[in-house]
Amino acid sequence: MTTEARPDVVPAPFAAPSTDESGWKRRHLLDLDDFSVEELDLMMRTTDTMKEVLSREIPRVPALRGTTVVTLFYENSTRTRTSFELAGKVLGADVINIAASSSSVSKGESLVDTVKTLQAVGADVLIMRHNRSGAPYLAARTGHCSVVNAGDGLHAHPTQALLDLYTMRGALGDVRGRKVVIVGDLLHSRVARSNAWALTAMGADVVLCAPPTLVPARLGEALEDRLPPVRVETNLDRAIVDADVVMALRMQHERMQGGYVPGAREYSRLYQVNTERLARANPGALVMHPGPMNEGVEISHDVAHGLQSRVEEQVTNGVAVRMAVLWLITRTSTKQARAAAKGAL
Amino acid sequence: MTERILIRNGRVIDPASGLDKTADVLVEGGCIAAVGPDLKAEGARKIDARGLVVAPGFVDLHTHLREPGLEYKEDIATGTLAAARGGFTTVCAMPNTEPAMDNRSIIEHVLREAEARASVRVLPIGAVSRGRAGKELAELGDLAAAGCVAFSDDGAPVWDATLMRRALEYANGLGLPIIDHCEDPSLARDAVMHEGWVSTRLGLRGAPAASEEAAVTRDIALAEATGAHVHIAHVSTRGAIEAIRAAKARGLRVTAEVTPHHLTLTEEIVAFGSGGGWDLVYDTNAKVNPPLRSQDDVDACGAALADGTIDCIATDHAPHAVIEKLCEFDDAAFGISGLETAFGLCMRLAHDGRITLETLIERLTIGPVRALGLDRVVPGIGTLAVGAPADIVLLDAAAEWVVEPERFASKGKNTPLGGVTLRGGVAMTVSNGVVVHDHQRPTTSDQRPTSGVPVG
Repeated sequence: MTTEARPDVVPAPFAAPSTDESGWKRRHLLDLDDFSVEELDLMMRTTDTMKEVLSREIPRVPALRGTTVVTLFYENSTRTRTSFELAGKVLGADVINIAASSSSVSKGESLVDTVKTLQAVGADVLIMRHNRSGAPYLAARTGHCSVVNAGDGLHAHPTQALLDLYTMRGALGDVRGRKVVIVGDLLHSRVARSNAWALTAMGADVVLCAPPTLVPARLGEALEDRLPPVRVETNLDRAIVDADVVMALRMQHERMQGGYVPGAREYSRLYQVNTERLARANPGALVMHPGPMNEGVEISHDVAHGLQSRVEEQVTNGVAVRMAVLWLITRTSTKQARAAAKGAL
Repeated sequence: MTERILIRNGRVIDPASGLDKTADVLVEGGCIAAVGPDLKAEGARKIDARGLVVAPGFVDLHTHLREPGLEYKEDIATGTLAAARGGFTTVCAMPNTEPAMDNRSIIEHVLREAEARASVRVLPIGAVSRGRAGKELAELGDLAAAGCVAFSDDGAPVWDATLMRRALEYANGLGLPIIDHCEDPSLARDAVMHEGWVSTRLGLRGAPAASEEAAVTRDIALAEATGAHVHIAHVSTRGAIEAIRAAKARGLRVTAEVTPHHLTLTEEIVAFGSGGGWDLVYDTNAKVNPPLRSQDDVDACGAALADGTIDCIATDHAPHAVIEKLCEFDDAAFGISGLETAFGLCMRLAHDGRITLETLIERLTIGPVRALGLDRVVPGIGTLAVGAPADIVLLDAAAEWVVEPERFASKGKNTPLGGVTLRGGVAMTVSNGVVVHDHQRPTTSDQRPTSGVPVG
């Protein structure tokens, strides 16, 4: 901070919640399936702090100065990668973006070698988007850098679920006892899976809705804690009754060409979140969508942009949530511990 | 060079003759010379088998030796040494090599290499179709004449039903069975594991049990229509077992095998590994086809093995190179390196009281021999009958040992059992009168004992 000349650009520190009381020990964020209420709560309160930072005239703090964050994306993504990059930059980290074209070992360097290479050049945090379920787990086992899962195959998208939870809490106060309906392609949705874990952990009543062909095996059965304790309902008109939150998932066009559902027309007729259906939910129910939206398919244009829509707020909250994630997972790395000991923060 | 060997005071179990008593076994000229109490043999090598079980060497109907063409995964020397370590004295080599074992010259090549370099007997299985492409029949008659004991396109099902029908009819004329890898490819498309709660949890594409059951049911219908013998490879679901049980009850010529891993491991290993924790692992070493199934399926396999619905245990030993498993789960190769852990793993059923030791040994010896009729090729195989080839295994049913894949004789270190303690070990293996494995003095592939096993 010695080089800063003008006092008004000296970044003020922030008062993030203590990580001690929640027993926070994580170096990686791979999924939310084993998160405690305390950990989720810490994540939410830390996000509050980060929102305050973002509201400043100059939203910059040097919290992660000297930390190298690499985004390694094997799949295209606009909002997730951008918000991670912004989150890192707001916190003063050096952010490097790598777009990997292919995940196949046969087509080039293996994932393990890529991770080792990035570590060797000094990556501290690896933010990874991959089309293969479980790939971030392999990366986390490979070396010493922290790994953040920015979406892996059909498996998990923990930061999306955190920003969804944060958005819901902002509007509802608490999700406990609230009915959250998530409708769409559950079989192929990592967003639905991570949301189900986080929301049920926080006590929400989660109803997952999809055509029977797009419901994953055994979801909704009483299986102790093997799968999140959700209810499954294949009829949206029934599912949506008294909902406090209605989240529509993106329906890929290639899945509506007869393989899973007969077509887009029938899908939208039965599963689209539109004004008539929304009227069956609680008044003022929140409308959410992880994006990008297929307006006219899973969600109607007027609902997507109506008064109840929180879609833009979700995107905005994404930056703060990802700042909180980067901050928290680097609390436990030795480098950050050293830096903190030297008073660098 | 074979020597005279006297194996003394072991508990001799020979399921083929119903023998189970403490006795000596004398080996001379590569054959069983005598079995009985207090045998005398001047100058013979004496082996003290007190506390050990003496049984016929195990017979594996389903081994991937990978030679020719895939020697980076395994070769005949390493694969058969792994067999010897696991107590197997006969392995049936699957034809999914490169090129496929679909013609006489490749079979002759494999047999020649086995004669020179194998630690145990190698019996080849020929491909059903040319190039295992599932389009047109391979020269089954020529393959039979070259020494093939059965036909299979293993790794892939014979999916065209008419081709399967013709193969069954044609092979039946040769007196040989078709071994089918039962899987409906349209139901198992892109699948990398069993469809169930674990696949949902992990976001991996699952194959439903029905993909196996549909194929088994079709094969049974074709066996009935043709009167031919179909052998169902690596059965893994309760539904498939029920279909086989019903077919056998109707007197159809249907036999079946089950692997040690489908008898003991569930889909949960894929998620959590075998270390006992609840952190997700995505263990590529547990990726196998057919996939590890549910606990209910595992229980059904054990019961069917015990009651004889499933005829035998076969390892489906499928060695792979490290890099084929050290990758994303979707991209990893299917298969488990299973020869060296087979007995210890299967002994879990005996220790749990779900099968007797005698029956377990039956399913590893005369069971597979009868399933494929191998005694027509090698008289006396799978027994300790006087005059039979001296294929003998000495087992320590209570020995505890920790699986260390890096110490496998197999090139394939791909097992989900690394670090797991197994109870039941192979103390010694004698193949055709030659000690090819001695737990006290393990050999490496560089110092392979010359077995002189007549192959084919």
